[in-house]
Amino acid sequence: MTTLYTTDHEWLRIEGDVATIGVTDYAQSQLGDVVFVELPKIGRSLKKAEAAAVVESVKAASDVYAPISGEVLEVNDALAAEPALVNSDAAGKAWFFKLKISDKSELDGLMDEAAYAKHTA
Amino acid sequence: MMLARETETALKTTPLHALHAASGGKMVPFAGYDMPVQFAPGVLREHLHTRNSAGLFDVSHMGQLELRAKSGKVEDAALALERLVPQDILSVAPGRQRYAQFTNEAGGILDDLMVANFGSHLFLVVNAACKAEDEAHLRAHLQDSCVIEPLPDRALIALQGPKACSVLARLCPEISAMRFMDTGPRRIDGIDCFVSRSGYTGEDGFEISVPAEQAEAFAKTLLANGDVMPIGLGARDSLRLEAGLCLYGHDIDTSTTPVEGALEWSIQKSRRHGGARAGGFPGADTILAQLEKGAPRRRVGLRPEGRAPVREGAPLFANETSSEQIGKVTSGGFGPSLNAPVAMGYLPVSLAAADTLVFAELRGARLPLRVAAMPFVPNTYKR
Repeated sequence: MTTLYTTDHEWLRIEGDVATIGVTDYAQSQLGDVVFVELPKIGRSLKKAEAAAVVESVKAASDVYAPISGEVLEVNDALAAEPALVNSDAAGKAWFFKLKISDKSELDGLMDEAAYAKHTA
Repeated sequence: MMLARETETALKTTPLHALHAASGGKMVPFAGYDMPVQFAPGVLREHLHTRNSAGLFDVSHMGQLELRAKSGKVEDAALALERLVPQDILSVAPGRQRYAQFTNEAGGILDDLMVANFGSHLFLVVNAACKAEDEAHLRAHLQDSCVIEPLPDRALIALQGPKACSVLARLCPEISAMRFMDTGPRRIDGIDCFVSRSGYTGEDGFEISVPAEQAEAFAKTLLANGDVMPIGLGARDSLRLEAGLCLYGHDIDTSTTPVEGALEWSIQKSRRHGGARAGGFPGADTILAQLEKGAPRRRVGLRPEGRAPVREGAPLFANETSSEQIGKVTSGGFGPSLNAPVAMGYLPVSLAAADTLVFAELRGARLPLRVAAMPFVPNTYKR
């Protein structure tokens, strides 16, 4: 299992040909209190960089982009009931959606944890 | 995801700027000032703390002005100001203040403000973004009879919430006797302040004008009380939205009249048709006619039926399919005390009745909202 990061503050956990996607702890700290999350429909085919989900804090709405292309396999319904999970456990329980990876070469441009730490330093 | 990028421009600072930085304030540009949008607890907790205890707000960016009649009589200053606002200023008793609007010839709102009678003169508090224009406007129209003196060397601190009175009374017991909209000079903790029992959160509370050089010490004294927490602009916005109060430049502006803005309550009988001093302010023809016959559109409260906040700028529609936009949201967000989204916006009067169902377009979908009475959260003013 590998965890990768985007410059847009999203994380991807790669298990075989499935990627679980969420936003980073840094992102949630910048967003502030999250009050609403809108998730993509299961079965939707997402292209890399397409707006896939929306996270609303008390301050503003932000798009969550598909970091890679793929089909939505599963979404985290717990976020609809408890959006504040994004603040309390961004890297864990607050995953947003799972994608069936359509092109593994798209993972090449992503950062590992050390590179992401440098990116947010 | 995309995080907002912060730009660096030359921003003005308030006398509490260093204190905000030391208190962990997250600073953002607002009306040309570098202001705290939130502190470490975040907007949600700051909002709820203000509703449950007491919040301290730096509103020093707002404009404070004195208006003195050259005759020396406060009545003459009041009559002069009535040439620029649709309110009855003459009847504001010494030690009282009143909400007012500067209007333009079309009946639109140039700014909204508080007007206080300090016995010998009037004391005005205006919005930060409008204060230069307001001062110029006052000079252009009232210079013949009045002296207009801005007070840039005074900070303005709001202390709001159910414990505001007990906190402030420890420093100045006599403020407990003040009622909502009472105002005037008071000596607090050895500082010459102007205190009003008012604010912009819907809570009981005070706004305290303090000489700039004493502002930080005064704020620290208040913050030393365990009931008081510093509050940023984020919670100030969610608090005033839940209280149904207008944010100038968003909910009211030069394109909206006081009647469209649902501010008729602020226009006294004496300035209306048949009143002792009817009309005589910019845009009177439009505003007085609208007071009698109504305006085509109206500012209303809106409660989204779902959980998604519907924010400023969202277009409004009568149903799920119509292509004809009927209005728009002018303020919207999440109401922490209601634990639900809240908004306000403009609708045709035919659709402005409470419980009317309308739709906002958001991310390509039509979301249902109900017209709702304001304030969304009952106010707790000490009348």
